[in-house]
Amino acid sequence: MNRALSICRGALLPILLVGLWEAGARTGVLPPGTLSSPAAIGAASLEALRDGSLLWGTIETFETALCGLAIGSIIGVIIGAPLGLSPMVEAVVGPTLDAIRPVPSMALLPLALLIYGFGVRMEIMVVAFACTWPVLIVTVSAVRAIDRRLLEVARVLELPWLLSMGRIVLPAALARIGVGVRVAAGIALVVAVTTEIVLNPRGLGYQMIVASQSLRPDLMWAELIWLGLVGLAFDLVLRAIEGRWLARYAAVPVS
Amino acid sequence: MSASRWGTRLGALAFAASVLALWEVLADARFISPVFFPSPLRTASALQAMAARGDLWAPTSATCVRMLYGWAVASLLGAVVGAAIARSAAARAYLQPILEFLRPLPASAVIPPAILFLGLTSRMVVTVIAFGAIWPVLLGSYHGFRTVEPRLSEVAALLRIKSVPYLWKIALPSALPEIFAGVRVSLAIALILAIVTEMQAGQSGLGFNILMAQRSFRSPELYAGILVLGILGLIANQLLLMAERRFLRWREFAS
Repeated sequence: MNRALSICRGALLPILLVGLWEAGARTGVLPPGTLSSPAAIGAASLEALRDGSLLWGTIETFETALCGLAIGSIIGVIIGAPLGLSPMVEAVVGPTLDAIRPVPSMALLPLALLIYGFGVRMEIMVVAFACTWPVLIVTVSAVRAIDRRLLEVARVLELPWLLSMGRIVLPAALARIGVGVRVAAGIALVVAVTTEIVLNPRGLGYQMIVASQSLRPDLMWAELIWLGLVGLAFDLVLRAIEGRWLARYAAVPVS
Repeated sequence: MSASRWGTRLGALAFAASVLALWEVLADARFISPVFFPSPLRTASALQAMAARGDLWAPTSATCVRMLYGWAVASLLGAVVGAAIARSAAARAYLQPILEFLRPLPASAVIPPAILFLGLTSRMVVTVIAFGAIWPVLLGSYHGFRTVEPRLSEVAALLRIKSVPYLWKIALPSALPEIFAGVRVSLAIALILAIVTEMQAGQSGLGFNILMAQRSFRSPELYAGILVLGILGLIANQLLLMAERRFLRWREFAS
């Protein structure tokens, strides 16, 4: 009962706003060139869903976001693991990385365009750059927190470096690295959409900016709402993954 | 101890220098493309030429001003709205669903509607920055005000402290660390959005400049611009860290 009431109250404001919006659009109070009526937006959403452009754009956006996430995560782990293992390596290499890190990922947009031209690869490069940092930072601290005894076991067994990495270091740090990847995943979607809005002619972001510039506000709002729903769904999926797998691993005492 | 610290510092410097030197040699020998990766010396001389021509300060300050305006609006509004939502159950019930929908929306997604409403103007840029940068502050402020030590609230209730002094003297200081964390994240977002919207809207500034450098294949100037943006991000973050340390000095005594 209480829950139903709280849902009602949460829904009240959006419904009220949409109602006012529709009324304003019908009576011509709101400028139709920017705020098209909710009914028109609904019609545009249905149309875009039916001709598959929304779905296709979503696939294109996620394709680059996930590829960039994968590449960025791998780079982050590869650079982060040695840094976490040896304080000396970190002291020597760390400052150089710290100098690169504050560069905003979007500043690389023109550079990526210069190297790859428009298309999938330039977007993946920007996403990968943005995703590398959270994974790298978490990897360094995760590897540093590995139980020293595990590393000593590796040394006693005289495991080759690569084998001790694959068998001992990475599995022990995996859960925490997963948390970094989850953070990076959220960033990946944002960076991919931003790249598309600013430069890259593909995906949901590009569709939005095209709708806006061809004076189709109904379609633009439809895509904006769709993007919000997709972002929300993606966020929920990531949280579910985190709760399902990562929380369990993180519950295992690390030290 | 201090000798070894100087040793690692020297090592770090040597590493950074050797990376730059390697880059220089490889680019000069055309082993890596000097168009995509111009040598550090050419970048430095491009930077110097830009500074001498006066092409550096005007766009840098234009970007900074917009970034700071948007960020200041976002910080103030975010802190106040976050506090309001945290303090009032009614506000929470009415606003939370809308906020939950807006939060995962990529900040850049508001660029197309903002262009429709405000055109390709400076005001549009500031609006987009403010909207995108508000979320970390809002969430930080919400968390901060929600997690005020219950005993402090009880003491305040016992002493019959009115709600305005309570907010000012007890709740705000205890929420300040989280607000500061949010403010720092949102400054980074503000810089990114400033660059992005400049590129999109053709407003003069560093982001627009590096895009122009790319379009005319002046890659040393492109790298110089990226370098300046990186330094800008670094300085902004350092300043906020200093402010944080100053405002939160009481915590050292408290703990």
